[in-house]
Amino acid sequence: MKRDFSLDIRHLTRVEGHANIQITVRDGELVDARWAIVETPRFFEVMLKGMSAERVPFLTSRICGICSISHSLASIRAVERAMEIVPPVAAEKTRLLAMHGETLQSHALHLFFLVAPDFAGTSSVLPLMQSHPDLVRAGLQLKELGNEISTVTTGRCTHPVSLVVGGISKAPDKQRLFHLRTMIQESKPALEITCAFFRSLTIPDFSRETEFISLSNGSNYPAIGGQLVSTDGVKRDENDYLLMTNEYTRDFSTSKFTRLSRESSVAGALARFNNNAHLLHPKAKECAARFGLEPVCHNPFMNNIAQLVECVHILEDAERLINWLLDMELIDIKTAYRPKAGSATGAVEAPRGILYHHIETDDEGKVTKADCIIPTTQNNGNIHDDLRSLAAQAFKEEKSDEEITKLCEMVVRSYDPCVSCSVH
Amino acid sequence: MKLKIASFDFTCCEGCQLQFANSESTLTDFLELLDIRNFREILSEKHDDYDIAFIEGSISREDEVERLLKIRLQAKVLVAFGTCACFGGVNSLKNRFPLDETVREVYGAMAIETLPVRKISDLVKVDLSIPGCPVAKEEVERIIVSLATGSQVTLPKYPVCVECKQQLNTCLFDLGEICMGPITRAGCNAVCPTGKTACLGCRGPAEELNMPAFLELVRERKLSHSDLQEKLSFYNAFEPVATDET
Repeated sequence: MKRDFSLDIRHLTRVEGHANIQITVRDGELVDARWAIVETPRFFEVMLKGMSAERVPFLTSRICGICSISHSLASIRAVERAMEIVPPVAAEKTRLLAMHGETLQSHALHLFFLVAPDFAGTSSVLPLMQSHPDLVRAGLQLKELGNEISTVTTGRCTHPVSLVVGGISKAPDKQRLFHLRTMIQESKPALEITCAFFRSLTIPDFSRETEFISLSNGSNYPAIGGQLVSTDGVKRDENDYLLMTNEYTRDFSTSKFTRLSRESSVAGALARFNNNAHLLHPKAKECAARFGLEPVCHNPFMNNIAQLVECVHILEDAERLINWLLDMELIDIKTAYRPKAGSATGAVEAPRGILYHHIETDDEGKVTKADCIIPTTQNNGNIHDDLRSLAAQAFKEEKSDEEITKLCEMVVRSYDPCVSCSVH
Repeated sequence: MKLKIASFDFTCCEGCQLQFANSESTLTDFLELLDIRNFREILSEKHDDYDIAFIEGSISREDEVERLLKIRLQAKVLVAFGTCACFGGVNSLKNRFPLDETVREVYGAMAIETLPVRKISDLVKVDLSIPGCPVAKEEVERIIVSLATGSQVTLPKYPVCVECKQQLNTCLFDLGEICMGPITRAGCNAVCPTGKTACLGCRGPAEELNMPAFLELVRERKLSHSDLQEKLSFYNAFEPVATDET
């Protein structure tokens, strides 16, 4: 059947930031499919110029309202590596726990507020409060736990207060850590309800072979720092981030694109899973197995499931970190330093994927050059190419216009794009 | 009757509207007060019959100006929501550099439209300002309840110092650091100094503000003037001040 189809979604809803999906089909042939980000640029790389290194994490955290802890820690890591500052172990453990809180909060927000309505056929999470009260309650409980972990470790869940160059400015309160441990135990049934709900769904059957990029350190599931790796066998040092990203601009998007071995590549939960599945907690491995999720999985819709698997891992690993912190005297939490000239990259696994901050400083420790490459930027090419393949496949299967529209929206949402972050 | 609200974001990180979804344990009750007519980040349906518009972010492109003017025509109450909307926020740090140089540094030869960053009240009448980077959810909840019950909305007039002292924190000035707590409007429960980092003034000037005394405090403790300037300009919420070393 030769038909015409035109999809023009301006300001796609239930994603963070402003972006459009445009697809044109004429006489049954795909003419164009694009993922166009139209978000207003803020120019953080310029804003950072001249700023004292000490202040940098307080500025970079403002790149993103959802993953502010990751931005803060990426630039802290860049500055510490540039100035050869080694943070105390207690600070490192607290930072890791903070990352867990942020990722849990971000994944819960994505899975319940942004993704679940697609599968339930509603326009938002609000009607689900009536139709699926247990599920929504579970989602809110997990999101609250994520926020509480971030608050206890960094002072506030959005835009952290106590993450500083050299370590942390204040140790987490032990009473609150105790309480967190109880909250984690109480949240495990909520996670089981969530897993059961997602197992009841039919995940769209679509695969397009691509390259998955993440951090890897060989001993733990990645979070802060490590080697840059890809499923196509690329391995690079953290400071060689430019060779991993090869950033370029396209005239229809205010967010840039990247590529490595192929035309496009992926960062995010599925990329972390595909490169590091063997390092997950046994319970998370079990969860993945029950969904039939195995590395290397090329179905972008499975990123939702990879996020869920990571939530299982996070709850277990957060408990381990809390026990460690409770056993320690949290006195040595910050290394004193004298600002100096230097240059380095800090890479972390933000909830939506690998995040690079590169920072150069002068003798007084003021920033002379900054570069931030955001996970969504690294996913733009793949989203763009997936839309093309998915629309073509859906046409072959003679799906209705409404079905194609919904599938295209869903595939974009499965990447959990953070658009305003990508146009920083 | 529920408040017909809409939430719109401009040049920002979207962290303030995210606070609507936080405080999960009271979220269901909170949402009972609201009829959300337009909120792109969480809702697919869009309606233009709202009464209260929450505006997050500052303005830095022509299409944003047009969008904002349209919202002003519809909204009975327009709320500048968060520090970027109220003062321009960190985005204003861009204004220190020429625009063409700024674009070239980030996008190379690609043509990108951008304007100097402006706060919402530079363009339209603002009925209510809720500062904060991000806004404090407890304060937002309190203000929403006031709007729903038709009572007067107020913000604390006193500085962050008052809240900080209530928490028995060691003063950061005593630890040799410049803190903006003495001149910044309270309402955040002194969250930054409680975390042992300096207040950077995201909530803007307190109404009972004694700037000469604050500058004297910095001078007598021989603290860094470049640090003072960096902190005063961080959110674009304070007028620049002349200091000895400028």
